[in-house]
Amino acid sequence: MGTISLKNARKAFGDVVIIPGASLDIKNGEFVVFVGPSGCGKSTLLRMIAGLEDLTSGAILIDGKDMTEAAPSKRGLSMVFQSYALYPHMSVRGNISFGLKMAGMPKNEIDAKVAKAAATLNLTEYLDRKPRQLSGGQRQRVAIGRAIVRNPEGFLFDEPLSNLDAALRVNMRLEIMQMHKDLGATMIYVTHDQVEAMTMADRIVVLNRGNIEQVGSPLELYNRPDSLFVAGFIGSPKMNLISGKPAEKFDAQTIGIRPEHLGISLKDGTWPAKISLAEHLGADTFLHVDAGPCGMMTVRAAGEYDAAPGAKIFLTPEPDRIHCFDKDGKAIRK
Amino acid sequence: MARRETMQRKIFITALAWVVGLIVFFPILWTVLTSFKTEGDAINISGFFSTGWTTEAYSVVQSRSNYVQFAWNSVALALGSTFFALVIAIPSAWAMAFAPGKRTKDLLMWMLSTKMMPPVGALIPIYLIFRDLGLLDTRGGIITVLMLLNLPIIIWMLYTYFKEIPGEILEASRMDGASLGKELLYVLTPMAIPGIASTLLLNIILAWNEAFWTLALTTKDAAPLTQFIASYSSPEGLFWAKLSAASTMAIAPILVLGWFAQKQLVRGLTFGAVK
Amino acid sequence: MATQQTRTLGKLAVSPSVFVLFMWMIVPLAMTIYFSFLRYNLLDPNPVCSLLTPGALLDAENRCLAGFTNYYYFLTDPAFFKAMGNSLKLVGWVLAISVAGGTLLALLLDQPFFGRGFVRIMMIAPFLVMPTVSALVWQNMLMDPVSGFFAFISKSIGLQPIDWFTHHPFAAVVIMVAWQWVPFATLILLTSLQSLDEEQKEAAEMDGTPPLSYFWYIVLPHLIRPMTVVVLIETIFLLNVFAEIYVTGTAGPAGNLPFLVYQYGLIANDIGGASAGGIVAVILANIVAFFLMRMIGKNLEA
Repeated sequence: MGTISLKNARKAFGDVVIIPGASLDIKNGEFVVFVGPSGCGKSTLLRMIAGLEDLTSGAILIDGKDMTEAAPSKRGLSMVFQSYALYPHMSVRGNISFGLKMAGMPKNEIDAKVAKAAATLNLTEYLDRKPRQLSGGQRQRVAIGRAIVRNPEGFLFDEPLSNLDAALRVNMRLEIMQMHKDLGATMIYVTHDQVEAMTMADRIVVLNRGNIEQVGSPLELYNRPDSLFVAGFIGSPKMNLISGKPAEKFDAQTIGIRPEHLGISLKDGTWPAKISLAEHLGADTFLHVDAGPCGMMTVRAAGEYDAAPGAKIFLTPEPDRIHCFDKDGKAIRK
Repeated sequence: MARRETMQRKIFITALAWVVGLIVFFPILWTVLTSFKTEGDAINISGFFSTGWTTEAYSVVQSRSNYVQFAWNSVALALGSTFFALVIAIPSAWAMAFAPGKRTKDLLMWMLSTKMMPPVGALIPIYLIFRDLGLLDTRGGIITVLMLLNLPIIIWMLYTYFKEIPGEILEASRMDGASLGKELLYVLTPMAIPGIASTLLLNIILAWNEAFWTLALTTKDAAPLTQFIASYSSPEGLFWAKLSAASTMAIAPILVLGWFAQKQLVRGLTFGAVK
Repeated sequence: MATQQTRTLGKLAVSPSVFVLFMWMIVPLAMTIYFSFLRYNLLDPNPVCSLLTPGALLDAENRCLAGFTNYYYFLTDPAFFKAMGNSLKLVGWVLAISVAGGTLLALLLDQPFFGRGFVRIMMIAPFLVMPTVSALVWQNMLMDPVSGFFAFISKSIGLQPIDWFTHHPFAAVVIMVAWQWVPFATLILLTSLQSLDEEQKEAAEMDGTPPLSYFWYIVLPHLIRPMTVVVLIETIFLLNVFAEIYVTGTAGPAGNLPFLVYQYGLIANDIGGASAGGIVAVILANIVAFFLMRMIGKNLEA
């Protein structure tokens, strides 16, 4: 049931290598998020799993069976596309039932399944509308409904929320997580938004230039990033990365400290700094400071921090929260 | 337009545009007017309008040269050639738009370049092949020629229209288990209806008015309206009311079609090349 | 991007059209080239030959190799130079008239006025008219020196009517062909004008650009690409004008290359000569196409 394995899956167009070779085991019922900057190959990897792109070499196993050469529809997977990819000329009902019709399911069974999916997704009263008569969130639900009715082993989401406005995005995020809980199906979710990744995933796969940089639970990635890249990518605001003299004290090429792990004092501390800008968010205040040899840094102060630009402060990192990296950008574990 | 044009200017432009439009349209208008005159009025130009309107010319033309048969041939050739061309062109345009290879652009240019080849270069062999295969003056033969003639333009137009359709929707149908045939029939074609309609319309017009191959390869049985009109060029047929009636009957179907499908027509006439 | 499977399907889907177009282009062309080296006249099936006859291609008719004789006769036929000149002159004149006229008409129709839709359909109408009809209507009802409409106008303002088809047959053909193609140019250019960014117009207005400079620096550059499309498409069709000459009987003075080949082949039954003429026409079209593509290739790429 619903396990997905990549065995050294590689994708190249002639000399241009997109994915140099990815290996990954996804357990049944797991919610896995592929995250990385745009162009890192995360969508390509997802499309390879879906069967919309070939593998240059390697294999994809779904449910233990080799599906490397199988047609997309034979893999037992459903996909929700970034643009929703609804059939514009079909009603909501037509969109949701198309896959079942293609599979040759009897009409009464189709009707029952569509009715059930529509009820779950609050689409019942829109069944006879065309996609263009729906709002963005409703279209998104139709796309999900189309994926659900086929009862797949796994769901693939390709940046499904990037076309929604911020408020709706949070809602849909919760709905998808609820759906995952209810269905218990394997889900792979692609996003460039690390907040989405952190909140939704059982496990996150961080991709950089086609390479899998690190795989782990959100907190593992947050607390123990394997590389500079992961350290800089996960967490918001970004981790402060410091090299040169201050780093040498830790026997590292680069050290990293998150904005929330810096103590602020007006009297003394490890690094003196000068406030250049303050962002007041209400619950938090982010100070952008000039820390001399450490360069520009971001510091989080809880609550409303009364800060005047130009004011001098001292910063002290929490010792066990300092991340050290060698000259290849790999984490140094002590 | 955020600004209010002065009324004077608009009226001036309106008058000018209508005058120019009427001048351009005049030959057609004049033909239609003349077709309802008596032969005497038709030749006597000084009376712009007829002394007594009559449809006499129409009945003479029909009884003398059997308009219906020519018209029926025109319809059969235009629809037949367009239909077969679409059947061949839709899969091609699909492939070039959604599964392009390195050579796709070259292939498209090559297809268009076949239009650059003058028909006279092929006239003699086609004429002889048709003669030997007994295809001269048959509808099947002319339909084939017209189909081949317009195929490059049809593929080009469909290609430009298909390019506007997001590939993700076709991929979604593939995930849904649609075979290529079903993908084309249930997803692509219905989505591309406006583009296909424009293509269809333009091709019907081109086929209807095609007057090189139809004149060279037909005489009677498969002869379309181009031949019907050409037969009026002989002095024997020089009666202007009848000539006008025949002309009106030959162009009316296309003009009416163009009138009702103006939007598709405008889109089609630009060959999808100008946005 | 697609999978190997899709690409394979794609190749399969393209192949019928490639196959039929290839056949349509290559087979007749090869036969035309072959015929052009034969002594082959339908009226004289068994000419006396001193050379061996090649193997029969389509039937058992006796046909002999003629070397370049057909080309020699075709290219030295005074009618050939006249026809080639007419072909090029026709293309040149109609292109000039339709691009210039089309631009003016498009600028006019782009202005706001009452009844735009109706005027537009009146303007497009000539393009929808069958060439044979257009030829007959112009020849008889408009250009007839005695009772044609133009003669009527001339006489009513006290001028001598022009006998178009006796004295200016070529101009007459140019006028009737241009009448059909100006609307086409107008439509394409109008569509393009309407896509001109409204904000650009307003910015120019804010800058106080005078109308002529506005046309020269903003409108004209925008129209270059659609003009290229007009030139390309019209050239293809204009090189092959046939019906107008066939119907009006202006073959002598205004006959172009296609018509000359038609005369050689289907009227004089000289298949060899007509084939040589056809090849000459193909070569001419390719030369024109070559220069055309070079001149406008850059514009189309952008």
